[in-house]
Parts: sequence; structure tokens; C-alpha cells
Amino acid sequence: MIHVQNLIKEYGDRRAVDGISFSIQEGEIVGFLGPNGAGKTTTIRILTCYMPATDGSATIGGYDVFTQSMHVRRIVGYLPESTPLDMQSRVREYLNFRGRIRGLDRAAREAAIRRVTEQCWLGDFVDRPIHQLSKGMRQRVGLADALLHDPKVLILDEPTVGLDPAQIRETRNLVKELAKRHTVLLSSHILPEVEATCQRTIIIAGGRIVASGSPSELKERIRGGSRLIAEVSGPNGEVRSAVGAVPGVSGVEVESDNGWHRLTIEARQGADPREEIFKLVKQKNWSLRELRLEVGSLEEFFVQITAKQLQQDQSRKEARP
Amino acid sequence: MTRNVWALTQRELQATFFSPIAYIVAAVFLVATGYLFMGYTLKPGEEASVRVLLQNMAWMLIFAVPLLTMRSLSEEYATGTIETLMTAPVTDVEVVVGKFVGALVFFAALLLATLVYVLLLSWYGAADMSVVAWGYIGMLLLGALYVSVGIFASALTRYQLLAALVGAGLLGVFTLFVDALAEIQGGAWRTVLGYINILYRFEDFTKGMFDTRGLVFFLSSTAFFLFLTVKVLESRRWR
Repeated sequence: MIHVQNLIKEYGDRRAVDGISFSIQEGEIVGFLGPNGAGKTTTIRILTCYMPATDGSATIGGYDVFTQSMHVRRIVGYLPESTPLDMQSRVREYLNFRGRIRGLDRAAREAAIRRVTEQCWLGDFVDRPIHQLSKGMRQRVGLADALLHDPKVLILDEPTVGLDPAQIRETRNLVKELAKRHTVLLSSHILPEVEATCQRTIIIAGGRIVASGSPSELKERIRGGSRLIAEVSGPNGEVRSAVGAVPGVSGVEVESDNGWHRLTIEARQGADPREEIFKLVKQKNWSLRELRLEVGSLEEFFVQITAKQLQQDQSRKEARP
Repeated sequence: MTRNVWALTQRELQATFFSPIAYIVAAVFLVATGYLFMGYTLKPGEEASVRVLLQNMAWMLIFAVPLLTMRSLSEEYATGTIETLMTAPVTDVEVVVGKFVGALVFFAALLLATLVYVLLLSWYGAADMSVVAWGYIGMLLLGALYVSVGIFASALTRYQLLAALVGAGLLGVFTLFVDALAEIQGGAWRTVLGYINILYRFEDFTKGMFDTRGLVFFLSSTAFFLFLTVKVLESRRWR
């Protein structure tokens, strides 16, 4: 549905998007994840025909976003980051205007407005002036607008930013619901959000894609750095050296408290030395009150990978004369 | 094309009537023209014709029109609605024309209100109706040009006040400035400067004369500024 090939966007001599390529299949719900300033909004703005790319190509539904922009605009529903709306209008008036410029006739508009106001729980608010609505309600109006022409593709830029927790949950559920009928691309800088709603995540930093895959695939990739936590009671020095000698263990840190030692054990890639540690404790006749494998969270991975990207960018900058 | 333009025009009118600025500008304009009308036309010993009234109006509109058109595109930039507008299936030309027609309709309504003076005038004396008719047609053409310049200025910046200043400044250049320059220049320059002076071109209409050159001047320069506006809108995408 969406194909992006080697997309580049330069603002002056700054590269905001630096050779991004990805594909999104019909019916997929994909999260675009990255720190602020990573190039998410720029990429989205190119896809929605708001600005042209410096280089590379992008198509939506087979139409080129630059040369066949009007076709693309007709099949895309877009919610920009700040949810800009006509403040002077009432909700119904605004949606009516938006329907008109999308070429819906009167009957189609009325039906569409009824449908989207129901979908976005706007029923009681259709005759309220938009400037009186809360941030959360405005978000729903923006979403209703994006859905008005029943677009094949829905592009949402930071759809939950500025909402309270209850509204965030509501919006997430709504987006999940929408994903059944539309192909969805949403951006976020908040990881749990993408983890909760998307089948696939594309992580971008510094204008480049640094990782992509389903949340479980991404987790798989960070297994290498997994850790064990164990709490053991026994003679201090001996615990450390004995555990350190267990095969598969690459490092041990000890915190002692009241005869109990809390061990943070670094395991080698692919190794799971839990059983060995249990056997060791049993053999030495120590006590054990906790033993668990701590899988690195996606959050950690995200921080790691974006920090790495930042470092690379910096060293590249320094390398330049 | 027309359907989109009409939808945009209606939205524009709605936004104009929603903002207090339009009412304030209209009120000040009508009070000021009324005052001048009382002072210079409806006075014993003064020339009782619409000519002076129309010329005074042409002057005041240099400031009034940019205040009416300043929100046109500037507000879209400032609130970000430009993004939803330009990602909807409407062309840049449709956006500009829609905004232009919307502002022109408001201007025409304002002009309609000044017909009261003409009524008063015909009450006291016989107003020459062909002068009135051509004068108001000229006024509409002048308004169209002013509006296109105002919208062009509004396309340049997200700050409404700056848009108004630039708009009035541009109109000032094509009226007062070229007039002053023509004073100190001679020969061919004077002719050229006279030709691009908006107020000179308007003067013919206030004398009740129909002049094709004037018509062509107003229509072509209005089209030119609308074209420039479309180009500014397009160029913003590339930045």
C-alpha cells in the first residue's frame, strides 16, 4: 500500500530524512517510532503530499506522491501533529466543509458525518463551536475529518500527544478498531504506545531507519544482552567467585544486605545459566530466594539504539574538518 | 474546480464574519467616508459629485483592504490549518481563488453600504447616474486589485500585522510613491510611472468614462498578483 524508496529531505544543508526505505502492506498497522526530531513528521509530510522530497520516491496505493498528488490525497486520511482545525466553525460545519473539498455530494456528506461522529464519539458535540472543545475532543474532530472520505490509508502524526491517560487509552482503542478497515501508519515518540497498538514498528533516529520488526522480533534481537537477577545468602566472597565461574556467566555484581546478596549476573549471548546457578546453590547448601531472567525491554533497546545513532552522528560531525 | 472554489469562498466569508477585525475596519471605513462626504461633498459651494467621494475612498482603501485580507493565508500558517488544506484534494490555484473571491464579496458588501451617500446626493441634486455606475464598476475593479495585493502580502508571512503592513506598503508604492517619483522625473519615465499608478487608472472611471485600457490594467494586474500568490504558496512547500 505504501512504498518508500530511499527518501531524502534536506532543509538547507541539514538532512532531516536520510535515505529511508520501507513498505507497508494493505491492512497493516505500523508504528513509526523515534525521538523528537528524528524525521518522523518530515517523512509523513512527504507521504501526505504536503511537501516534496529532495530525492527518492514514495507511492501510496500505486500513486506517486509527487506526480499524482491529487490521487494520493483522495485515498489518504491525515491527522497532523498539532490537530489544526478551523476554530471559528462548529464541528458539523467544519466536517461539512472538509467533505465538500473532498468532492462528497450533500447526501454522501450527511451520511459520512453521521458515520464519523459515531465512530469518534462526537455525537453530542456536532453543534458545538470547535474553539470551545477540549484538546481531547479536538483530537477526535481531527480524526473524524481524516476518516470522512473513508480513506484506504490513515496517517496519524502523534495522535495521543497532549491527551490525558483516559483519552490516550480511548484513542488507542479507536485506532486499533480503525486498523480493521484501513491501513494505518502512526508516529509516536512514546514506545509503549506503539507496542500497544502496532503490529510492526519502524524505529527511526537521525533521519535513518535503525530497526524494524514486530515488537517480539525487536525483543528477540536484544536477547543478547539479557541479565539474571539472583538473591542468595552465603559467605560473601565465595558467592561472587563461585557464581562468576558458572559457564555462560560473563560478569557479576553484588549488593549485600543483611546476609543476603543480590547478584546482577550478565549472561553471554544465548546462554541461560539459571539451572547451573540453582545447582551451585544447592550443592553449596546456600539459600536462594529469587532467581529470574530479565529480558531487556523494548524501551531499553530504543534508548540504546537511538543513543548509538546519536553518537555516530556526533563522531561523523567531528570527523569533518 | 468551481465546486472547490465555492466551498473555500464560503469558508472564507464565514471566517471573515467571525472575526471582529472585519467589523471594526468596515465601521471605521464607513465613518471616515461619511465624514469626508459631509465635509467635502454635501457642503454648499463644494462640487456635488461622487467623483470626490470615490477618490477619497480609493485612498482609504489602501489601508482598509490589507487589514481585511491580512488573515487570509497568514492565519492558516499560524494555526497550521494550511497543512490540512494543502493535503486535501484541492489545488493551490483553487485555494488562492477561493480566498480572493471570499474577500472580494466582503469588499463588495462594504461598497454596497456606501451607496447610501449616492442616494443622499441624488436627494439634493441630480447625480449623474452614468458617473455613478462607471465609478462603482471602477471601484470594484480597484478593490479586486487591492484584495489580490493584500492576499499576496498575507501569503508571505504568518504574522497578520506584518501582512497588513506589507500589503499597505505595496499599495502605497503603486499609488503615492510612483506619484511622487513622477513629479521629479520627466519624459518617458513620467509616462511609465503614470501608467502603473493605480489611482491614475482609476481616475478615468470616476469621470464616468469607460476605458478599455483601465479595464485591462486592473484585470491583468489582479491576475498577476494572484499568480504571484500561487507561486509563493508553491514555493513554501519546497522549503
